[in-house]
Amino acid sequence: MTLSVSLKHRFADLTLEVAFQGSGRLTALFGPSGCGKTSVINAIAGLLRPDRATITLDGTTFADDGAGTWLPPHCRRVGYVFQDSRLLPHLTVKQNLRYGRWFTAPAERYADEASVVALLGLSPLLDRKPAHLSGGEKQRVAIGRALLQSPRLLLMDEPLASLDEARKLEILPYVERLRDEVKVPIVYVSHTLSEVARLATDVVLMAKGRVAGAGSVRDVLPQLAQAGDELAQDAGVLLDARFKDFDAANELTTLASPAGDVRVAGRLATPGGQCRVHIRAADVMLATTRPQEISALNIFEGEVTAITELPGAALEVRIRTGSCFLSSRITRFSASRLGIAPGKPVFAVVKTMQVRPPGR
Amino acid sequence: MAWFSLSPEEWDAVRLSLKVAGVAMVASLPPGIAIAMVLARKEFWGKSLLNGLVHLPLVLPPVVTGYVLLLTFGRRGPVGSFLAENFGLVFSFRWTGAALACAVMGFPLMVRAIRLSIEAVDRKLEDAAATMGASPSWVFATVTLPLILPGIIAGMILCFAKAMGEFGATITFVSNIPGETQTLPSAIYTYTQVPGGDAHALRLTAVSVVISLGALLVSEFFARRVGTRVAQ
Repeated sequence: MTLSVSLKHRFADLTLEVAFQGSGRLTALFGPSGCGKTSVINAIAGLLRPDRATITLDGTTFADDGAGTWLPPHCRRVGYVFQDSRLLPHLTVKQNLRYGRWFTAPAERYADEASVVALLGLSPLLDRKPAHLSGGEKQRVAIGRALLQSPRLLLMDEPLASLDEARKLEILPYVERLRDEVKVPIVYVSHTLSEVARLATDVVLMAKGRVAGAGSVRDVLPQLAQAGDELAQDAGVLLDARFKDFDAANELTTLASPAGDVRVAGRLATPGGQCRVHIRAADVMLATTRPQEISALNIFEGEVTAITELPGAALEVRIRTGSCFLSSRITRFSASRLGIAPGKPVFAVVKTMQVRPPGR
Repeated sequence: MAWFSLSPEEWDAVRLSLKVAGVAMVASLPPGIAIAMVLARKEFWGKSLLNGLVHLPLVLPPVVTGYVLLLTFGRRGPVGSFLAENFGLVFSFRWTGAALACAVMGFPLMVRAIRLSIEAVDRKLEDAAATMGASPSWVFATVTLPLILPGIIAGMILCFAKAMGEFGATITFVSNIPGETQTLPSAIYTYTQVPGGDAHALRLTAVSVVISLGALLVSEFFARRVGTRVAQ
């Protein structure tokens, strides 16, 4: 799947000028509220017709400025999970689920109702009306409804934003299964870093109507520092880790990551299991000699590769450690005191309590 | 109950009124929905003019409306003569004319009720249906129409009630011919004008009350059924 988007649109308070290509299993459109993310996927779905737009999905042209093409939404076969679910109130859950399938040509139907119902745990809800569903149940039905139309692309617009924490944790695993088990590519809009860190394979970073960065989730997350204060707080790196050991006496899990062993508080993953951990740049300390007598359990030996100036007192230092990179945010003052410069060997120190899986 | 047995002429008036009101209601429904859609959803030059035209019978004296109908749909009127020559459809001094007059008088009420319910429809639901592959006409049939059903029923009942009570435009346009154009209100009016007609007028008044009350109850019943279906 290759989705190619290039569009330009003037709103009263924002000029949207966006171009990107996505080919990941789950591409996250990530940025602060009001930066135009939803408008972009509305244009992909055909619900918003921008001033100028060229949008193609694999071989199909949705919109082409040069040729004056504009495919109406009902001809695009793009599934859309809205933030507010938008189930049809006069139909039962089962009728809602079958609505899109009915409009899909039999030759193009690939979604199987029984397996989607099982995937999303919908069987107890089938005969109910949307008004009798909880927020989390509505979103699950909305996801199922979009899947059952056998879409070529699934758009999700902050599907968790209207839910409380408990409901979010209820839906997240379903989205993960969608990404890993269903073959439809997903474009996922979010302004929550933990969701993106947990779900995305690729990220398009947006700020003020423009693309501020794009690439795989591991490449883009460290760039967050430039995306503005709101997001910079959460900038950091993601490590894909495997379970190594659990110390029951001290309640500590040891994970094997590309940066080396990482120790995390509490039981995380099970033998043979995998998980992602998020290390925020602001939580990483730097030392020029290996610290002794320090409470932090995670000390990574590495080498400075790059230094990025940030607004204010801070610097962002990129450190190669093991087969990956870590980011550290330290003050300009500390950097000059320690003589931090590219090529310098350093020790990156992370408190055990600060290493968390995304979303906690 | 002997006093309540209706004479053949009275029965004629009741039957004719029901027929005229029913035809007026059913015939104005498709254009009523279409005009309500246009007024609720479209922006175009002359929209206020169309809106004004639709509502005109509501503010004009009914006699004026009836006279305008007579001028245009009468035998020698431009529209009337065309329809009579090409389709054999004659309005003047026929029950069809009474139905036309009632439809014109009830139309603004029907359009108003339907338009309000269309404006209350969440268009995001229609967008959602479109992303699921429904073309605009399918969206209308499977989303908009079911959601505005309570408004349609309310509009139909209002139109029916207005038609049952319509007097001025009808009597001006198609006169007061027993068995052909004499509806309930015309019959009551006639009986009040002749000596000894009081008992007849009273009986027909009672019938009017029963029919109107019945229509209200039926609409209430349907509106509630549809309401619960849509909401839950």
